[in-house]
Amino acid sequence: MKYADEFRDKAIAQGIAHAIGAEVSSQRAYRFMEFCGGHTHAISRYGLEDLLPANVRMIHGPGCPVCVLPASRIDMAIRLVDRPEVTLCVYGDLMRAPGSQGQSLLRAKALGADIRMVYSTLDAIRLAEQAPSREVVFFAIGFETTTPPTAVMIRIAEKKRLKGLSVFCNHVLTPSAMHSILENPKIRDTGGVPIDGFIGPAHVSTIIGTQPYEPLAEQFGKPIVIAGFEPLDVMQAILMLVRQVNEDRYQVENQYSRAVTREGNRRAKDEVSQIFELREQFEWRGLGLVPNSGMKLKPAYAQFDAEARFAIHDLRVADNPACECCAILRGAKRPVECKLFGTVCTPETPIGSCMVSSEGACAAYWTYGRVRDEQLRRTS
Amino acid sequence: MSVKGYQRKLDLENGRVDLSHGSGGRAMAQLISGLFHQAFGNEWLARCNDQSAFDVAAGRMVMTTDGYVVSPLFFPGGNIGSLAVHGTINDVAMSGARPLYLSASFIIEEGLPFSDLKAIADSMGAAARSAGVYIIAGDTKVVERGKADGLFISTTGIGIVADGLDLSADKAMVGDRVLVSGSLGDHGVAVMSKRENVAFQTEVVSDSAALHKLVAVMVAAGGSGIRVMRDPTRGGLAATLNEIAHQSELGFRLQEASIPVKPAVAATCELLGLDPIHVANEGKLVAIVAPDFADAVLAAMKAHPLGSDAADIGEAVADNRKFVQMATSFGGRRIVDWLWGEQLPRIC
Repeated sequence: MKYADEFRDKAIAQGIAHAIGAEVSSQRAYRFMEFCGGHTHAISRYGLEDLLPANVRMIHGPGCPVCVLPASRIDMAIRLVDRPEVTLCVYGDLMRAPGSQGQSLLRAKALGADIRMVYSTLDAIRLAEQAPSREVVFFAIGFETTTPPTAVMIRIAEKKRLKGLSVFCNHVLTPSAMHSILENPKIRDTGGVPIDGFIGPAHVSTIIGTQPYEPLAEQFGKPIVIAGFEPLDVMQAILMLVRQVNEDRYQVENQYSRAVTREGNRRAKDEVSQIFELREQFEWRGLGLVPNSGMKLKPAYAQFDAEARFAIHDLRVADNPACECCAILRGAKRPVECKLFGTVCTPETPIGSCMVSSEGACAAYWTYGRVRDEQLRRTS
Repeated sequence: MSVKGYQRKLDLENGRVDLSHGSGGRAMAQLISGLFHQAFGNEWLARCNDQSAFDVAAGRMVMTTDGYVVSPLFFPGGNIGSLAVHGTINDVAMSGARPLYLSASFIIEEGLPFSDLKAIADSMGAAARSAGVYIIAGDTKVVERGKADGLFISTTGIGIVADGLDLSADKAMVGDRVLVSGSLGDHGVAVMSKRENVAFQTEVVSDSAALHKLVAVMVAAGGSGIRVMRDPTRGGLAATLNEIAHQSELGFRLQEASIPVKPAVAATCELLGLDPIHVANEGKLVAIVAPDFADAVLAAMKAHPLGSDAADIGEAVADNRKFVQMATSFGGRRIVDWLWGEQLPRIC
């Protein structure tokens, strides 16, 4: 497969693995968080940890939009589809995400709710055009990468005067979440699990550029390497992080230069800033309420805002107390250290959102990493 | 059932199925004789009985049944009808049996164009004839609009197993080789390419095919050295090997680089975020073969047109956790798990 196989070359991978092995100091540990689910997936899918020295450990971060969506937002969506006039458009992964009582959109659909799996915002526009008497609500979710398509959808809806189309907005911001992880007192003061550096987002950075990470690297003294989602990208980023750690540097470096610039995609950013504004705070599963971390529609676009239109208010529900999603998303625990992992919480019956999406840390461990963990358990 | 005296012909060009075609009256009789008997034409159906009688040979027989609810009904490389014949023949054939007879039951949504139904029935007839199998019993029901997605078909198959063969998914043994008969994921990708909301252009066509002739040459080459055969339909290769691992209480170790996947299938899966080893096949089989027989069986597969891309992709290993593991092309390793949930709705 052209333009993909080049980034999955075994010989080059072994070359980079050799370089990492040669450059790491045996005197210390290297703990790197890959922020994005896309990186987690690549690490698991290609068995990348087998190529790393034992003292380089990858920590799976919160960069999976389904994983960090709190149960309250699923509850709100279910409340929305209880209305007979509503057709809810969702991306596939969301269907199984658990609400506060273990309910899901998949179950709501089986009970008769009109929920459609869509592949792009254009599908929602098509549905709204086909059924002008329906209230078509798009369940908008994702980081900075998926916000521009939602903005474009609203533009089109405005132009076409699609009165029945609205957005249930759950868009969130990456740098705020990274800030929250580093600010967390548990990590900052008690030493919890120190993180020595970050592999920064691939697709998100094509939109926002590398500049927004610079204050983070500076303030917290952590190196950040923006990397692509192919396995060689991840390997090279790890090597770049190892070098920064060894040289006591903490800069933002761009491994993914074939797609990411310092400024990002100005047009996409402009489009987003015209339609969306910051929420004061937004709830993240695992991180709690994070200030300035979510987007909502500007008052001028309130007609497209499902929360305003249907007067659904933010619910607050507690996460399952036994679920360690919180610690796992912060890098403070591994999936196998959760009592629920693999017992009551499996991809078929997810308790926490880390198990819901294939990019979630727990699901990735479950699908690809159990053998490695069995070995870890036996040796530890 | 005689339909003499009923003169008006079915309007196969512009007509549509309505509830009267399932009501047991003349319209139904006309549909059966004018469309299904025409398409399947054989001596059993010609007798118009509520059942068909056939002679039974000495030995072991196998029987299987399967329902087909694929959406859309027509896809590159086949339709729900050819699929319903091939799929059930293959389930019979995976026991090493020679398939003999099929039954077919149709649940039709009112409004289905006769032209579609005829095309589907004709391709069932053609698929059965080319496989040397007869459709000797059938049933038709018509349900109201909205109660079925165009057409559902159930087929049951009967076959006879050669003496000495006793394939079963609990018979894999440590050291056995894992053979696949060709490239994976073609059917699922072909069907997805026609889905309303993911439609894309592709050269990939479904691999839907009857595998019993391939099975016959494999059995001739490997005999009882073939321990298990299964066709990796829903859930793909991953589901099939996990099933066998559980039934035989062992594990498998695969080499990703040996697994045949067409570039167009790999590229499509890449775009849609799927893994070809989870995608359905309808004309491929997995065989677990004793190591001493593996080369001969593989050579026989490669010499057959339906097995020309056959490959040895790994081996059975002792593992009380029953994991299917894979050495990735990248140099790492990972678990190959069952698919959870649906990759996409209804592909077979």
